[in-house]
Amino acid sequence: MIKASAYTFKILRYDAMKPESSPCFSTYKIRVIPGLTVLSVLIRIRDEIDGTLSFRSSCRSAVCGSCAMVINGKLDLACRTQVAAFDTDTIILEPLPNFEVIRDLVVDMTPFWTMYEKVQPYLIRHSPVPEKELPQSEAERLRIDQYVNCILCACCYGACPVLARGPDSDYMGPAAAVKLERFVLDSRDERPAGALDVVNDEKGVWACDTMFHCIDACPKDVRPTDAIVGLRKAMVKNRFQKMLGKAKNEA
Amino acid sequence: MLDHDILIVGGGLTGLRAAVGLCDRFNVGLISKVYPTRSHSIAAQGGINAALTNNPDSRDDSWEKHTFDTIKGSDFLADQDAAEIMCKEAIGIVYEMEHWGCPFSRFPDGTIAQRPFGGAGYPRTCYSADITGHVLLNTLYERAVAKGVKIYPELFVAGLCIEEGQCHGVVALDMKTGELIPVSAGVTFFGTGGYGRVYQHSTNALINTGSGIGMAYQAGLPLKDMEFVQFHPTSLIGTNILMTEGCRGEGAYLLNNQGERFMQRYVPSAMELAPRDIVSRCIQTEMDEGRGFEHPLGRYIQLDLRHLGSKKIIERLPGIRNICIDFIGIDPVLEPIPIMPCQHYSMGGIDVDKRCASELPGFYAGGECACVSVHGANRLGGNSLLDTIVFGKLGAQAIGEDLEDGVPRPDEKAILRLKDKVEEKFRRLAAPGAEKPYRIHAELGAVMNEKVGIFRTREELEQALDKLIELKRRYGDVGVSSPVRYMNYELTAALELEAMLDVSHTIILGAILREESRGAHFRTDFKTRNDGDWLKHTIARMGDDGSPVLSFKDVTITRYQPTERKY
Ligand SMILES: Cc1cc2nc3c(=O)[nH]c(=O)nc-3n(C[C@H](O)[C@H](O)[C@H](O)COP(=O)(O)OP(=O)(O)OC[C@H]3O[C@@H](n4cnc5c(N)ncnc54)[C@H](O)[C@@H]3O)c2cc1C
Ligand code: FES
Repeated sequence: MIKASAYTFKILRYDAMKPESSPCFSTYKIRVIPGLTVLSVLIRIRDEIDGTLSFRSSCRSAVCGSCAMVINGKLDLACRTQVAAFDTDTIILEPLPNFEVIRDLVVDMTPFWTMYEKVQPYLIRHSPVPEKELPQSEAERLRIDQYVNCILCACCYGACPVLARGPDSDYMGPAAAVKLERFVLDSRDERPAGALDVVNDEKGVWACDTMFHCIDACPKDVRPTDAIVGLRKAMVKNRFQKMLGKAKNEA
Repeated sequence: MLDHDILIVGGGLTGLRAAVGLCDRFNVGLISKVYPTRSHSIAAQGGINAALTNNPDSRDDSWEKHTFDTIKGSDFLADQDAAEIMCKEAIGIVYEMEHWGCPFSRFPDGTIAQRPFGGAGYPRTCYSADITGHVLLNTLYERAVAKGVKIYPELFVAGLCIEEGQCHGVVALDMKTGELIPVSAGVTFFGTGGYGRVYQHSTNALINTGSGIGMAYQAGLPLKDMEFVQFHPTSLIGTNILMTEGCRGEGAYLLNNQGERFMQRYVPSAMELAPRDIVSRCIQTEMDEGRGFEHPLGRYIQLDLRHLGSKKIIERLPGIRNICIDFIGIDPVLEPIPIMPCQHYSMGGIDVDKRCASELPGFYAGGECACVSVHGANRLGGNSLLDTIVFGKLGAQAIGEDLEDGVPRPDEKAILRLKDKVEEKFRRLAAPGAEKPYRIHAELGAVMNEKVGIFRTREELEQALDKLIELKRRYGDVGVSSPVRYMNYELTAALELEAMLDVSHTIILGAILREESRGAHFRTDFKTRNDGDWLKHTIARMGDDGSPVLSFKDVTITRYQPTERKY
């Protein structure tokens, strides 16, 4: 027989529609069998103990990006985190940082998606397409692999020290950079060099302090800092080429 | 009131593809209860079928052969004209997705990679490692963003407005503000996905309640072939997360507790790559006859990848490996994966034709919530992603054609009347009730699992029906903890539960009536297919007392006369 152990869940509760109330922890004691995930416990709490508890979930298999939160101080997906993974019987859950809370563990993702849309997150081509596929070598496909894996869960956004400086930072955040680099590096993409201009400033890729918190936070082993560094290099290269071109024209 | 020419409900592959096809010409709005990239389509792993002939072993494949495999796989219940259209369109659809940036895996010659899948004569399943749904859904979402489709994320549709033989739109709950929003539309298109969560054990996302199917049914539309429920052979024990058929496509073995590749005894020609309905029954039989393994999380069979070697596993099935490590602490490079069959896919759905049109002007549906039917009694792996994109596209085309003479004018008063009804429902659910929604949901899941599963008998199905009627009665006493309407997931769950009960009712009744075994519907009291009496679709409509009333409809046969289905 599998033995259940007693756990204490402390969950930070808040309701933005009731601004007069301040955030406070609710405590739930629950017996958990090994192998249960934080998400499955959250569901049990909502079902059996407290129907008012609010959190997002969908795939329960770490692919849809719904359930990012802070679990005992660590940013992760609730659905892939085992309750037994911690050396403690107390689990503290808080909403993703760097977002406004709507209710409990549900945050307002609007700024995240606004930044996503800003970078033109789609393949851009001008040349006519062939009847069949655009050929791409295995090596070219591999080059974008880590960026393709992003599930837009916003763990990186929540972990970012630049965004933590407050809403005025207006920084694009790591995930949008990942998306942009995913297309810039795609052998099929034909976006003009000028397409990088939208993030070529102190609110864009130059805002990053390269502290690598996003890399630690990513549940999918994506390295957003690689993307940011890659974009910076591309921008510098573009500038040189432009200057060179100009010099040639003047000569 | 929101107002659109065309309202699309569903941000999965179907809904997004339909929106992309219509937004240039019409004022389109797309509603989804989650951000589109959280839709269940994201979770698809193995691939999408198209006879591209890229694989060296598939040089003489063709869309005709794909069509035949699909029809045979369906146990001849698919409408053959529709299956033909889907398989013919497949090739162009995959190239189109590629041109839009979809990062498929590649062969060394730079073409889209293809792997073998169950029930297919050739390796024709195009893939991106084991995250094919992820790359397809992201690509279509990106396309929708590029085209500026108006998307309303986290709006939950609570009712479909049909009056005087016309569809006028929906009433939706804004989950962020708690406001009930009437939405009027000349045309409404549903791409709301499957109902997997009516079963306790399902590979489906938690949001797959089938509420779209239920709402259409409650509004008076007929459902088709609901008794055909696909059980996937290989889900991880405990969480029931899918272990893609791609595992077996890459060469994985199924082993019983004797270490035997037992498929040898059942289907020696196809072995592990027999179609899903058959493999699921073989696994269930092995377990029922004492050749399974015992585990506190349930009885299981082994899916063994080890002989593929770590390189192939890490390259082709990285997601599977991560899931095994994260969710059960097993590295498939070193240990076999403990699996069991469970609910996976809804063959049945809202009754539509090959243009995605329902019997009602102004209402269309496609993808898993709909039944065209291209999958008949059993869907082949890799054919569902195909179905979503093909019929998203063709549905959009059909709507475009049907609106050539102008967009129908919806009746706003009808929508406001529906809004009042939904208000009333909310008030009732918010009043303190003796029943908690989750209890009824759990009991429903258990009975569907135990009595409406892989093997069925009249006796058990009738027990399931009795239980369902009890649960429907108890639903009248359901109350949620808080009347607040924003981000109140208990409230939306309670609303969806009503639809789930109705959907289950049609599944059970269809299964009782169909006294034969065909595809995924296996009756141990009627073990063979009976074309004389049952080569027909089941149609379920909601009767006056709220129970389904069943009738039947012919299957379209074009080129392929039904023969015994042998592999
Ligand atoms: C784990 C898994 C793996 C799979 N792998 C494969 C594979 O390899 N190959 C293959 O061909 N098929 C596969 N399938 C099947 C395939 O993924 C699905 O059938 C397909 O993605 C369904 O797409 P859809 O667009 O119809 O619906 P979904 O992607 O489920 O989208 C439904 C949409 O409707 C919205 N919605 C639903 N109800 C409401 C409501 N009431 N109000 C507002 N919005 C609503 C949701 O928010 C969502 O956006 C797999 C399925 C599973 C479970
Ligand atoms: S529920 Fe999908 S990532 Fe956790």
